[in-house]
Amino acid sequence: MNAVWPHLPAWQVVIPLLGAALVAFLRHSGAAFAVALAVSWLMPLIAGAMLWQVLATGPISYHLGSWPPPWGIEYRVDVLSGFVLVLVSAVGAVVMPFARRSVAFEVEDGQQAWFYCMYLLCLTGLLGIVITGDAFNAFVFLEVSSLSTYVLVALGRDRRALLAAFQYLILGTIGATFYIIGVGLLYLLTGSLNMVDIAARLGPEWADHSRAIVAALAFITVGVSLKLALFPLHAWLPNAYAYAPSWVTVFLSATATKVAIYLLVRYYFSIFGVAIEFRDLPETEIILVLSVAAMFVASLIAVFQTDLKRMLAYSSVAQIGYITLGIGLANQAGLTGGLVHIVNHALMKAALFLAVGAIFFRVRSVRLPDLAGIGRRMPVTMTAFTIGCLGLVGTPGTSGFISKWYLALGAFDKGWWVLVFLIVGSSLIALVYVGRVLEVVWLREPSAAIADASDPPLSMLLPLVVLAAATIYFGFDTGWTAGIADIAARDLLGGLR
Amino acid sequence: MPTLADFIEHYHYAITIFLMMTGLYIVVARGNMVKKLVGLSIFQTSVYLLYVEPAKIIGGTAPIIDPAFTVYSNPLPHVLMLTAIVVGVATIALGLALVVRINEAYGTIEEDEIFDMDRDT
Repeated sequence: MNAVWPHLPAWQVVIPLLGAALVAFLRHSGAAFAVALAVSWLMPLIAGAMLWQVLATGPISYHLGSWPPPWGIEYRVDVLSGFVLVLVSAVGAVVMPFARRSVAFEVEDGQQAWFYCMYLLCLTGLLGIVITGDAFNAFVFLEVSSLSTYVLVALGRDRRALLAAFQYLILGTIGATFYIIGVGLLYLLTGSLNMVDIAARLGPEWADHSRAIVAALAFITVGVSLKLALFPLHAWLPNAYAYAPSWVTVFLSATATKVAIYLLVRYYFSIFGVAIEFRDLPETEIILVLSVAAMFVASLIAVFQTDLKRMLAYSSVAQIGYITLGIGLANQAGLTGGLVHIVNHALMKAALFLAVGAIFFRVRSVRLPDLAGIGRRMPVTMTAFTIGCLGLVGTPGTSGFISKWYLALGAFDKGWWVLVFLIVGSSLIALVYVGRVLEVVWLREPSAAIADASDPPLSMLLPLVVLAAATIYFGFDTGWTAGIADIAARDLLGGLR
Repeated sequence: MPTLADFIEHYHYAITIFLMMTGLYIVVARGNMVKKLVGLSIFQTSVYLLYVEPAKIIGGTAPIIDPAFTVYSNPLPHVLMLTAIVVGVATIALGLALVVRINEAYGTIEEDEIFDMDRDT
């Protein structure tokens, strides 16, 4: 047992990496899926064990190659990173069974093994970003996950998928390069790449005195914001989500942007928060304004979309606005709301995109006019879809309500009444775009085109039902989501001086 | 106030920033996808300079403990940039592969022409 237990942080990253290599050698789609499934199901066990350990005994620090930090690369798991690790790996595990049929349907035969190879590399990168305590190592993992994501997007059947992947590549690389410029400036200032060590070396005496540290903060903010699709840096997202294979959209919407948000939180609160009186810099105000703009503009654009996937993609941009709103509020309730919405949005958006994937599997179209009355043909799928939609709006009884409740509390604590009305107002716009779809799928007469549509096979239906059930469950029992987010937020705010 | 002397003393930063802005401008301003990738490559190259320049000390050697040498260059940024170069190569390779596929699918690699084609269909 000693060979496994102390090395969990390394296994978390090494297993998917080795899995990717194994899949590349196997080149058989069935075997590739089996490996991907085994790895995906193993990951939440490791992440869960680590989170349990962190909650019981405090942060885990793992020294790669036994080199002590700050010289060696440190893998560091605290409450926040354990929380995000569990989310990413659990989403991967739940949605993986859906992939077999969906990928076989949408991706060419010869490319399916490579699809799973790229998925495992992407998983490696995402888990690596969250677990690493080294700023440069985070860049490498960021690029591992991004490069594999570009390939996954490009595997869509439509030729516009290629264009979307190319645009994503350009913007994603600019984002990553901005990030390492920021890290470079930090390294020049402090002489360290270890995140904890940087924070220790950036004493309060740095505040306001060094323009370089503000430049580093600006570069990292812009770079990471490009990756997490903060409005108005979201240009790559709608096309990438709309033309990627259905399953890729599910996985990306639930994990990739969330991990980038984790990185932003890590830099803002754990690293820069120590040096700069965070509340006095205009950074938070900028984030707040952009978040509110995202909530309204992206929601309004979503109202006018006829392609279901694209509508949900714009809705993602809006929902990311809620999460960054919590970061911008930078108080206990607000940050808890932002962090808990990372999980809640991941679950409900995964459910929604899975439903869209199931519709495409049966109907070969996700355009709204083609889907009239589909609720009567695919009742289970569309019920789960409806639950996800209610979550997006923030109806009481769904997890979306919990997030918005905490965000509104955070705004109350600051005395910003207007913000509370803005949160409610943007939810009403969400009600409009969601209501439009629900009206078409439930109340219209089914057209002849979807006459033979029916609920998809169990392997596709089960992940969907599980995620929809989670959306409801976390609306009532918030111990696992808001409870842990609350501890994480307390840790983060405790680091501020 | 920064003076001319300051500027000359830190001329290597000026070169880095010039390369950075050149690269970024090409990415934004050019519609040809290969040129965009060239711009992206220049942009990334400027980062190598940003890291390596401050780490290199004139007359410094590799950090090997030996009584004959007292001045060392910092090896860490050099190694970091080896990694960044590999990432850059992978990015450009993938970008060019996508451009090849786009050229096969659309028959052009000019962005505005592709947008027009997609609008028509």
